[in-house]
Amino acid sequence: MNAILEALRWFGEPAQWSGPDGIPHRVAEHLLYSGLAFLITVLVALPLGLLLGHVRRGRAASVLGFAVVAAANGARALPTLGLVILAVILTASELVPILLPLIVLAIPPVLVNAYTGVQQVEPWLRDAAEGMGMTGRQVLWRVEFPVALPLVLLGLRTAAVQIVSTAAIAAFVGLGGLGRYIIDGLARQEYDTTAGGAILVIALAFAVQAAFALLYRLAVSPGLRRSTAS
Amino acid sequence: MIPLVTEGEPLVRWDWIGRNLGEIGSLLADHVLMSVVPILVGLAAALPIGLACARWRRIYPPVLGVTNALYALPAIAVFIMLIPFTGIGSRTTVMIPLALYTLSVLVPSVVDGLAAVPDHVRQSAVAIGFGPVRRLVRVELPIAVPVVMAGLRVATVSNISLVSVGALIGVGGLGDLFTDGFNRDFPTPIVVGIVLTIALALVADGLLLALQRLLTPWARAGARDARASRARLASPERTAP
Amino acid sequence: MISFTGVTKRYPDGTVAVDHLDLEIAAGRITVLVGPSGCGKTTTLRMINRMVEATEGTITVDGRNVADIDPPTLRRGIGYVIQQAGLFPHRTIVDNIATVPDLLGQDKKRSRRTARELMARVGLDPALATRYPAQLSGGQQQRVGVARALAADPPILLMDEPFSAVDPIVRASLQDEFLRLQDELEKTIVFVTHDIDEAVKLGHRIAVFQVGGTLAQYSTPDELLAAPANDFVRDFLGGDKGIRRLRFTQELDAEPGAGTEAADR
Repeated sequence: MNAILEALRWFGEPAQWSGPDGIPHRVAEHLLYSGLAFLITVLVALPLGLLLGHVRRGRAASVLGFAVVAAANGARALPTLGLVILAVILTASELVPILLPLIVLAIPPVLVNAYTGVQQVEPWLRDAAEGMGMTGRQVLWRVEFPVALPLVLLGLRTAAVQIVSTAAIAAFVGLGGLGRYIIDGLARQEYDTTAGGAILVIALAFAVQAAFALLYRLAVSPGLRRSTAS
Repeated sequence: MIPLVTEGEPLVRWDWIGRNLGEIGSLLADHVLMSVVPILVGLAAALPIGLACARWRRIYPPVLGVTNALYALPAIAVFIMLIPFTGIGSRTTVMIPLALYTLSVLVPSVVDGLAAVPDHVRQSAVAIGFGPVRRLVRVELPIAVPVVMAGLRVATVSNISLVSVGALIGVGGLGDLFTDGFNRDFPTPIVVGIVLTIALALVADGLLLALQRLLTPWARAGARDARASRARLASPERTAP
Repeated sequence: MISFTGVTKRYPDGTVAVDHLDLEIAAGRITVLVGPSGCGKTTTLRMINRMVEATEGTITVDGRNVADIDPPTLRRGIGYVIQQAGLFPHRTIVDNIATVPDLLGQDKKRSRRTARELMARVGLDPALATRYPAQLSGGQQQRVGVARALAADPPILLMDEPFSAVDPIVRASLQDEFLRLQDELEKTIVFVTHDIDEAVKLGHRIAVFQVGGTLAQYSTPDELLAAPANDFVRDFLGGDKGIRRLRFTQELDAEPGAGTEAADR
C-alpha cells in the first residue's frame, strides 16, 4: 500500500507538471501517437469492412469475407511487444515502425465488427430498402450502416483502447508518451514514477472507454439500443 | 523501410537456435503455464458468475459494466500496479490480470450461451422431470458449449499473445526473447519468439476446437453452430458499452 | 394496367420459377396471386418492380416496358409491402413512413404531415408517430408497412404475404381494413398469399399458380370456387372444404368481400 501512496505523492511534485517529461506533455504525446494510429486504422479498416459486408452476394465476396475474418482473428495471436521490437530493429525510420504494429493490431476488431455488423443486417431489411427504390449506396448508408452501428462502435472502441495500451508498451523501444514513465521508472528502479505512469495509462484507457459510451448514446438510434441493451 | 540489421547479420541465425534449445524450451514451458493457469482460473470464476447473471438478469448489466472495465485495463499498467503486492519477478503478477481478462471475456459468453438454449428445450427438460441441477448439467450447459468455447478460444489466443508483455517486468515466457533480442540488437530470438507464440496460439486454438467437437458430437453434422460460434468469434465484444 | 407477355424466370442452376406467363392485371382492382410454396407467385410479383429480373418475355406497366426503367426510379413509383413489414429499426414510425418521399427529395415537413395523416388512415394512433418499430405490435408494424407503401401515393401496390406473420384474429381485422382502404383509394394491387381463404376474401381476380411456375387458373373468386379448372386447383381449394365453399358463394352473393372469419373459426 505504501508504494501506491508514494505513486500518488509523485503526482504532487511540481516537476511532474512541466517540461518535456512533464505529465501534460506526455499525455499530449500519447494522444498524438494513439490518435494517429487510430486514424490510419479507421481509414483502412472501416471502409473495407463495410464494403465487404455490403457486397456479401456471390461466391467470391463470401470467400473473401471469410478470409478477412479468419486473418483478422489470427492477428489476435500476434505478440504486441515482439512485433514492436522487430519493427524497430529491422528499420531505420523512427515513428513509422512503432506505429505500424499498433495499426496492424487495431485493424482486426474494426474490420471484423464492421464486416459482421453489415453482413448480419436482416435480409428482409435490405429487401424492403431496395424494394422502395434505394440505390446500393443508399442501402448501405441509410440502412445497413446505422443498423450495424452498435457493433461498428464496439469494434472502434476495442481498437482505440488497444492502441492506447500498446502505445504504452512501445515506450520500450523509445516511443514517447505515458509509457515513458513506466519504462524509465522500471529502468531506474523508481517505483513511484512507474506506478504514476501506470495510473495515467489506466485513466486514459477509461477516458477512451467513456468517450465511446458517450458516442454510443449520441450516434446509435434509440430504436436499436433497446434490442442491444439486454 | 531500410533494413538496418548489422552488415551480414541474417534475420535468423540457426546455429543460435541450436545452441539455445534448452533455454527456449523452458521459456516455452513458462509461457504455456502462464497462459493456461489464468484460463482455468478465469473459467472457474466465469461459470458461476455467468450462471448467476443468466438466472437473475437484473444483476447482469452491473456485472457487464465491471467486466467491460476489466477488459479495457491495459495489461502492462495492471502488472505495474500489482508489483507491490506480488513482486516484480513473479509469475503471479502476470497471471492475475490475464485471469481477469479471461473472466471479462467469458462471463458474457456464458450468459449468451445459456440464452441460446431454446425455451421449448428448457420446458421439455422440466417436463421430463429434470431438477434444476440436472437440467443445467445435462441440457443447458451442453447447448451453451459452442458459444462458451468461442469465448474461450478468443481468451486463450489473446492470453498467449499477452503473456509476452510480462517481459517488461522480467517474466514474459517467450516474451523474454523479445527484450533479450532488443538489448543485444539481435533479431534471431525476436523472430523465434514471435513464431513460437503464434504457433502456440494456433495449437491451443486447434485443441480447443477439437475439445468442442468432442463435447458437442451432435453439432458435427450441422453447420449452424459453427456459423454461430464464428459470428461470436468475429465480434470481440457484443455487449453494449 | 400491368401485363405479362411470355415471361419466364430461369435461374443459373436451371430451375424454372416462372414458365411462359401471360397475365393481365387490371388497374384499380386487387389481383391475388395464390399457390403452394415454390409455385413462382412471389417471383412473379418481384419481377414487376425488378427485384427479380425476367429471363424472357416482357412486363409492361401502363404500356411502359419495366426493363426500360432504371430500377430505383421504377421502385419509387410502386408501393412495396413485405411479410415482416421490413420497417427500419433505427427510424421512428413517421420517418419510416416518409422513406420514399425522402428518397424523392420531397419537402420533409409536408411528408411528415402526410405520414401522420396516413397513420390515421391505416388505423394507427398518431401518438405512435415518434415511437420505434420495436415498440409496436406485429399488427401495428404491418399497418405501418402499408402506410409506408402508400406514402408517395403510388398508383400500384405490391404486397407479398403482408398479413401472414400475424395471428388469425389480427389478420382478419387487417384484411377488413385493407378492403375498406382500397374502396377509398382504388389502387392497382398485386397481392401474394399462400392462403386460399385470404385470396377469396380479398381478390377481385385470383391467379392460381402451380408448381413449375405456370398459371392453373385465372378468374374471379366465384368462378374459381364454382368451376375449378383442373384437379390441381380442386385439390388446392381443398376437397374437405366443400361446405365452406358453399358458404363462401352465398356470402359473396350477399355481401361481396365480407369476412371469412366465421368460416375460420
